[in-house]
Order: sequence, then structure tokens, then C-alpha cells
Amino acid sequence: MNFEWIQIPYSLLTLFIVINYGLLLNAFIAKIAARIGRRHGIHLFQNHIDLIKNYSLRTSITHGVMFYLGPVFRLGGGVGLLLFVPTLYGSEMFSNLSFSGDLILALYFVFFGALGMALGAGESGHPHAAIGVSRGLSQMTTAELPFALAVFSVSLQYQTLSITEIVSLQQGGFLNWTLFTNPLAVAAAMLSFLGSMMRPPFDVVLAPQEIPIGPPTEYHSSYLAMMQTNRTIFPIAKIVIYMNLFFGGAASWPVFFLKVFLIYMVSVFVGVVFPRFRVEQSIRWFLIYAVPLGILSILWV
Amino acid sequence: MKKELEKRTIKGPDGFEFEVDPLTDYYCDLPPTVQTPAYTRIIESFFNWARSESLWILGFGTGCGAIEMRPLMTPRFDAYRYGVQWRPTPRQANLFVISGYLSVKTLKRVIRSYEQMQSPKYVMGLGSCTINGGMYWDSYNTIKRLDDFLPVDLYVAGCMPRPEALLAGFQELKKIIRAGEGEGANEYAKRFEWYKKNQKRTIHDWDMPDYNW
Repeated sequence: MNFEWIQIPYSLLTLFIVINYGLLLNAFIAKIAARIGRRHGIHLFQNHIDLIKNYSLRTSITHGVMFYLGPVFRLGGGVGLLLFVPTLYGSEMFSNLSFSGDLILALYFVFFGALGMALGAGESGHPHAAIGVSRGLSQMTTAELPFALAVFSVSLQYQTLSITEIVSLQQGGFLNWTLFTNPLAVAAAMLSFLGSMMRPPFDVVLAPQEIPIGPPTEYHSSYLAMMQTNRTIFPIAKIVIYMNLFFGGAASWPVFFLKVFLIYMVSVFVGVVFPRFRVEQSIRWFLIYAVPLGILSILWV
Repeated sequence: MKKELEKRTIKGPDGFEFEVDPLTDYYCDLPPTVQTPAYTRIIESFFNWARSESLWILGFGTGCGAIEMRPLMTPRFDAYRYGVQWRPTPRQANLFVISGYLSVKTLKRVIRSYEQMQSPKYVMGLGSCTINGGMYWDSYNTIKRLDDFLPVDLYVAGCMPRPEALLAGFQELKKIIRAGEGEGANEYAKRFEWYKKNQKRTIHDWDMPDYNW
């Protein structure tokens, strides 16, 4: 990997575009949901305003060192995940810090933020935070299993661990996408994807009606703002990986926006149709339906 | 003083004995301080605009007025389009709507919740009960004037005020915040002694620290 200083402003530009796109995307989806309920819904820039408001609050309190570091880890996980994956295929400008073998690193980064969050929320001492964290980690562990299997399957199929190479091998028509060359792996990964998007039926971690918002119960002001920032970056970073691995990547920003939106909508559609799972149900569901698909996809390759 | 709040010796699971004083060990009772706007005027006005357009209400209904908040969340009145949201925890809320009468027992919880909110924070009194006691003016168990216990930014009069009145109240509160006059938290810090005196005069079983942010 050759490092050049120009990559730093390029990376910041990527971050800037992704944050704004993410905030608008979330507002847009909230607006669609509101319109279905015959409401006007939030303003399109409401998420931006909320973010500014939270950064501009005058006081904040702490529960200890890990309480500070929790949101930092979380945001670090989101930004790291985004920057170590090539955002646009074939673009010198937006390949960021990706290098060969980055697939394994990306797998690590997916989990990194959740672990930091667990430590931080645990230190806040709120019982809802502890319940939320234990639910979140157990659900996420099983949700990651099929994804990891799918990643192994894909890397076996293409005989490489570099995301850039995987994307380049999928070019030349959509029939070359992993979606059509290795459908079992994509199916397993998409089921795992539902589990990591914090939308129903897998949103018992936050469970607004039961353990009010779960892990971030004690977080406020700029801590909360950092976590909101991560909540916009992380899903998109995760979708970028999916897009690169399974859906042929994107060679320009319009294609990127479209594909990210469509992949995001998969979890939204599933979410509006199915009711919430309890943790033991979701774990069982992942182990029964998603993991065998992942194993089959490896055998199939 | 409740028994679980008294100083006592506890034996841990491994046989190790230690002393616990809940009021000092579990809470910090540093008094609140006045928070000055630290930026230039332009930035402060920009922040005030953001604060006014993003009102997060603490989901805590104190009296019968809480029933008027439900229609605001649903399609008929839809307060979300004005940047108003409900948050389940006081840490993340900026606006406390005291919805109707306030019994002495609830007042204690209200004070604790208010002190846990982060500055700048606003209080809105909903209904006549928060102004002069309303129909509960001679009740032995409710407070008459909310203003004696918390710094109130705005009252919405009526018994009950309709959801439209609340929406109008939110718009009025936005104007107050944008004008830089929503400084209730600083008012509370400045006149802390006076507020505490009033609160303790009404709440007889005071079993919490003076300030428990």
C-alpha cells in the first residue's frame, strides 16, 4: 500500500459526502414512513439540526473513562470501516486507505464499535444499558456468523482477500455479480445484514417501548451526537462492503447512492412487514436459517 | 430518611466488608453553575436556532394534561414536522412539559428529572394547574405555582388546553429560544438557594442529595 498525503483530504471528502448522504437518507426514509401513516413527518434536514443541537449543548457529565471512550470507539469503528474499504471502484480519489487483504480488517471493524459501546454503556451504570448491551452482543455475534461464512465463501470463490480485486472480478455486466455467481452466499449475507441494521424484527436491542432506547440511555450532548454521527456512517459503511462484495460495487457517486439506497431499503421493507423478535428467537432464527445457508455456500464453491 | 439510604456496612460476596454511604457514594451533589454562551454572537444565535428547531421533550406525563400530548405524536396533529420529538430519558431531553397538576410526590421526581437534563433546558407549564393551582387550588396534595419550584419559560393556559394550543406554545417557545431568552437553566443555578428552600418546604420526606445532576 502506497501512502500519499493527498489521500487525507480525499478521505475527509468521502466522510463529508457519506455523512450528509446518510443524514438525508435517514430523514428521507423517516419521511416515507410518515407519509404511509398520513403524516407530514420530519423536516428533510431535521437530522442535521438535531446533530448541531446536540453538539451545541452547554453541559455534559461523565460516568468514568470508558464512558468517554465508548462513543469514540463507536465512531472510530464506523469511520475506520468506511475508510478501509474502497468507496468507489476504480477511483483514485475515493479508494481511501484500502489495501490487499482488507476484507479481514473490515470484518474486525464491524465488531469493533459494538464492543466499545458495550464497555462505555456498561460503565454508565444504567440497568437498561446493561440489558441492551447483553442483548446486542449476543444477537450480533450470531448475526455475524452467516456474514463471516459468506465472506469466506466469496474469498474462496475469487481466491483473494482484497475487496478491490473482488469488485474488479465482478465487472462486465450484472450477471457477473456475486449475486448471480454465488447466490447462496449472498442470501446468507443478506439475512445477516437484516440483523445488523437495528431495524425490526431485530431491534430488540433498542426496544423503544420496553427498555427505553437501551445502551445509549445515559448518553447525552456531544456523546450522543458522536453516536448519532456513527449511526449515519456505520450502516452506509456496512452497505458499501455488501455492495462491493455482492453487488458489483459502484464506479460513480450516482450509482453508489442508488445501490446504497436500494440495499438499505431491503432492511426497511423487511422491518415494516415483520414484528420484533425476542433475543432468543432471533438467535435461533439466525442459527436455523442463515448459518446453514452460509455453510452450503462454502460447500458449493 | 429511607433505610436503604442510610450509611451502613455491607458484606461482599467474597466475605470482604466495606462501608457504603448511598447519598455521597451514588450521587454527586455539586451545585449547578451558570453556563455562559462561550462563543461569538453569530455562533450563539446559530446554536439557538438549532436548539429551537430541535425540541426534544422528556416523555414524562405528570397530570391529566399528558393525554393531550398523545395526539401530537399521531397523524392528526403530527408535532414531528415542527422538529418536536419525545425522548425516553431525561439525559437527552431539552424540554420538560409539566402536563397539568403536580402532586407533591410527583414534584420530587420532576425535580430529579429536571436536574438530570442537560443545559440549556426549558420548562413549559401546561394547563391552569401549573399557574395558580387551577381546579386543584385548595388541594392538600398538589402544588399551586410551578414557578416557585422550577424556572418556567412558558405557560399554556386552559383546562385542558387543546393540542393546537400546545403547538402554538411550541412555536412561541421557539421564538423565545431564538431571541436568546431561554436561559432557565442559568436562572435555576443563579437562584439555586431560593428554589431549594421552596422545594424543601413542600417536600417533607427529602431523601436525596440537594442536586443530583
